Amino acid sequence: MATKLPATSHEPLLWDYATSKESTDIVEIDSKYGLFIDGKFRAPKSRKYFPTINPANEEHLADVAEAGPRDIDLAVSAARRAYTDVWGPMSGAERAKYLFRIARMVQERSRELAVLETLDGGKPIKEARDVDLPLVAGHFFYYAGWADKLEYAFPGVSPKPLGVAGQVIPWNFPLMMLAWKVAPALATGNTVVLKPAETTSLTALMFAQIASEAGLPPGVLNIVTGAGRTGAAIVGHDDVDKIAFTGSTAVGKMIQSQLAGTSKRLTLELGGKAAHVVFEDAPLDQAIEGVINGIFFNQGHVCCAGSRLLVQENIHDRFVDKLKRRLATLRVGDPLDKNTDVGAINSRAQLERITELVEVGLSEGAEMFQPDCVLPDRGFYFRPTLFTNVAQSHRIAQEEIFGPVLSILSFRTPDEAVEKANNTPYGLSAGVWTSKGSRILWMADRLKAGVVWANTYNKFDPTSPFGGYKESGFGREGGRHGLLAYMDWGEG
Amino acid sequence: MDEVGVLERVAALSTRSIKRESKRAALDLIVAMIDLTTLEGKDTAGKIAQMSAKAIRPDPLDSSVPSVAAVCIYPNMVKYAVQATEGTDVRVVSVATYFPSGLADIDLKVEEARRVVAEGADEVDMVIDRGAFLSGDYFKVFDEIRRVKEACGDVHLKVILETGELATLDDVRRASMLAMGAGADFIKTSTGKIQPAATLPVALVMLEAIRDFHDATGVMVGMKPAGGIRTSKDAIKYLVVLNETLGERWMTPDWFRFGASTLLNDVLMQIRWLETGRYASPDYFTQG
Repeated sequence: MATKLPATSHEPLLWDYATSKESTDIVEIDSKYGLFIDGKFRAPKSRKYFPTINPANEEHLADVAEAGPRDIDLAVSAARRAYTDVWGPMSGAERAKYLFRIARMVQERSRELAVLETLDGGKPIKEARDVDLPLVAGHFFYYAGWADKLEYAFPGVSPKPLGVAGQVIPWNFPLMMLAWKVAPALATGNTVVLKPAETTSLTALMFAQIASEAGLPPGVLNIVTGAGRTGAAIVGHDDVDKIAFTGSTAVGKMIQSQLAGTSKRLTLELGGKAAHVVFEDAPLDQAIEGVINGIFFNQGHVCCAGSRLLVQENIHDRFVDKLKRRLATLRVGDPLDKNTDVGAINSRAQLERITELVEVGLSEGAEMFQPDCVLPDRGFYFRPTLFTNVAQSHRIAQEEIFGPVLSILSFRTPDEAVEKANNTPYGLSAGVWTSKGSRILWMADRLKAGVVWANTYNKFDPTSPFGGYKESGFGREGGRHGLLAYMDWGEG
Repeated sequence: MDEVGVLERVAALSTRSIKRESKRAALDLIVAMIDLTTLEGKDTAGKIAQMSAKAIRPDPLDSSVPSVAAVCIYPNMVKYAVQATEGTDVRVVSVATYFPSGLADIDLKVEEARRVVAEGADEVDMVIDRGAFLSGDYFKVFDEIRRVKEACGDVHLKVILETGELATLDDVRRASMLAMGAGADFIKTSTGKIQPAATLPVALVMLEAIRDFHDATGVMVGMKPAGGIRTSKDAIKYLVVLNETLGERWMTPDWFRFGASTLLNDVLMQIRWLETGRYASPDYFTQG
């Protein structure tokens, strides 16, 4: 028809999404926070405070108390009293009521907690909202359910609590790591002294308020803020019965040697350098999503991040092309924007570490790809990064970068994939992508990792145990296994 | 295909928050991408004339709202639609090849396609023979598409896979590749006569197939979800999936269409809301 325009007449729409910022009005941040000891917030005996900032714009958020040895003494003795007088003797059914109440209150205040998590830590609001907070509430619900069923968890034994648990957690999933530690400890009848990471104290302090409003007896949960020295004071305290630590392998080794020859129990959840193995018969577009999620979720600040991609050589080039194209669609920037996929790096120190290792990768001869995205002027950001031409001997294939940096290697046969995947001091997690069910089982048998995900990645659930092999630590968190670490089974 | 992965990807993209100017741009684009459709046994010349008027000028009170892409109708209605859209940019799309079942002799199907083209259809939406496809006779499906495309000549051919009858995502991908290989200009999800019609997971799989086909051959193919998309919110989700799968080059009515009828008025209401800050009563929007 002469009157009609030709078929290709329209200009394409370059469609960028307008900013859709989550409001921060819901959160009230105090200018100064004390330590939560024996059911009350109190000024530190150390009289010291340190600032906590928003890594997305480097703005000061609040001053947080630095707990010194005397503060740790107070916290541990409050926990001991609460254990002896109240929490230890209490029936499991009664303890469960508190935990269920806390779980519900976390759910009710989840938007507030999610916004605060993003403000203090830099993770995208959509992750704090859709991943962290539901899992936090989920963990409390799950372990609340175990509190009155411990005798049935492992038939034939009458488990007893250990006493006072000292817990030190990292900055990548501040509230979630708190939930992983606090929920099983309290459910099994222990009391807690917990130290959040120094860059992300605020949600732990808000959680302390929630616990207090839930009527949790004083001393059952104590939150002491501070950095490495505070953590060391907890670990070294004589009246602590159990230490649970999540963090770097270097610090984990120090803790283990510090505890050698003592009666303290220990569980460690440390670093990782997970292999993500993609076979030629994998559903490629879904594998791409899995790989993206594996390494760019939470800016790669994930101990189980799939940071070593092993692609079968005959699909390597095609897969890498797809990956590069997908990288270009990642939205990097303001974590409070609901459309942000990759937020801020947690701290300047971490940004420097990532930058340094990326420079090492370049000097080792690996080929780098970064998409052409604009980063905010202020705050700590790092472009999503791929390295190709990586050799197993490169530092970027061996060391944990803990940032949005993926090293890509290739393999030819399943045996070679297993050999390369296991060729690391770590062993926390691994991923396998293939359409063959039998190959998934074959791989899962051979991969030395605490978690093996098949045709998916970074899936967490309160019912599922998590933990490492080798230098990734020992002990399991989550599931029925998670109870073991907090109970005396009569073996000594 | 991994269905769990596809569902997760779609769920993730569905959380995109589209506001203000990007929402208005999306709503205008959605209007311009609509193939305004009536495919009923009771269709008449009068109905076609009325729907065409709405297609040309969707909102008589707001001239900033564009025309829709096309009217989509049964073969017997082509002559009325051609008349009603004469002198405008609204194109005439005719379904063909014994829509909706496609269960007829190939010569009849080719003949029907040839006839609607002769009567002035700008585009032809054919259905594949799902029976042949599911029984593994891919060659028959391929050859029929090829012959219908031949009959269409320069006229755009959309190939309806009827994904609700194919059921698995593996088959959706296989049928997409087959149709593109046989010469489809567009691949389309559904007739609208079978439930489920268009869904986001199916659309994502088809868009990924288009991307792989383009990578392998350099040929661009368009995509049309049809049936079941009734709200602006739903349509915007499709645009997000399109935008983040195929990207800017496909963000035009030349390469993406919505097969829909009630969707149009919902989009018009949303545009009015963005302009005035108030929702207008449905009474203010004409029923086409």
